[in-house]
Amino acid sequence: MSETPLIADLGAPENAPLSDAKIGVVTFPGTLDDRDAARAVRLAGATPVPLWHADTDPAALRGVDAVVIPGGFSYGDYLRAGAIARFAPLMAKIVDAANSIDKLPVLGICNGFQILTEAHLLPGSMVKNDHLKFICRDQTLRVENNHTAWTNEYREGQEITIVLKNQDGQYVADEKTLDALEAEGRVAFRYVGWNPNGSRRGIAGITNTAGNVVGLMPHPEHAVEPGFGPLDANGTYSTDGLGFFASVLSTLVGESK
Amino acid sequence: MPRIVVDVMPKPEILDPQGKAIVGALPRLGFTAFSSVRQGKRFELTVDGEVTEEILEQARNAASTMLSNPVIEDVVNVEVLAEDAEAE
Repeated sequence: MSETPLIADLGAPENAPLSDAKIGVVTFPGTLDDRDAARAVRLAGATPVPLWHADTDPAALRGVDAVVIPGGFSYGDYLRAGAIARFAPLMAKIVDAANSIDKLPVLGICNGFQILTEAHLLPGSMVKNDHLKFICRDQTLRVENNHTAWTNEYREGQEITIVLKNQDGQYVADEKTLDALEAEGRVAFRYVGWNPNGSRRGIAGITNTAGNVVGLMPHPEHAVEPGFGPLDANGTYSTDGLGFFASVLSTLVGESK
Repeated sequence: MPRIVVDVMPKPEILDPQGKAIVGALPRLGFTAFSSVRQGKRFELTVDGEVTEEILEQARNAASTMLSNPVIEDVVNVEVLAEDAEAE
């Protein structure tokens, strides 16, 4: 996947020690943020590998070490957000790999989070924002669990500012599921300041029991380079999203030791 | 050709923002008798030929696996559309 450099020097990661780490980025019909996700992977020092939703090749996962399911409106959000994408041939492979003993790290962002819930890799679901409007803003989150494959470079309780942009962002699950998520420390991120979509218990993102699968509504891939991300509380450009990609590289390095 | 109807509704405990918007707008047009609205979905599955029990079972499976999400929705009805309804 080649990209046009904007301001950032994309040459540096070529020499980075982790540049042989391969992070797959899935594209569905209607995916919007695959290029930004690939760019974030590259800026973090790894190699992005484009993956195609309809690929039925036994090696469709291209030997990647982790997978990002980016945001967008797969299949136009028809039926329900993520409902049709969930049945793509590549998703079956991702679900198997995530549940295998190798525990493939999988990150679902926005529509990717919706796809992960529809695929039953994560519990609960997303419905329309309680205020009924599409929302796009800089959003502060608190990292509630820094022991997952995608959050271990953050401090527990750290507040990060990244972009939130969605229509169907209200996280819902039954009380029993919510209690279990809280008890098991599986709430990965919570909204800080206000609840932008009516999500149950202010939940912005969750993880599976093993910690290799993480989903969240806000977009870390849009806050990875100075000049393009949201402004943080100090009025400087946030690159808070980079921690997701740095975390998974730490996870992969840890495994190879 | 016969059709199978599948009706899906949001679960009662899930806030239905679409229904909420509609119930807010109805009184503005003078429709004041309705205290609550819930918006669901109706699917019509057309079958080439006769609807057998096996095909109906397929429709039920499609309804529970793809047409609805059991976390937020209930399948409230799966039935063959009556012939006279088609003739209308």
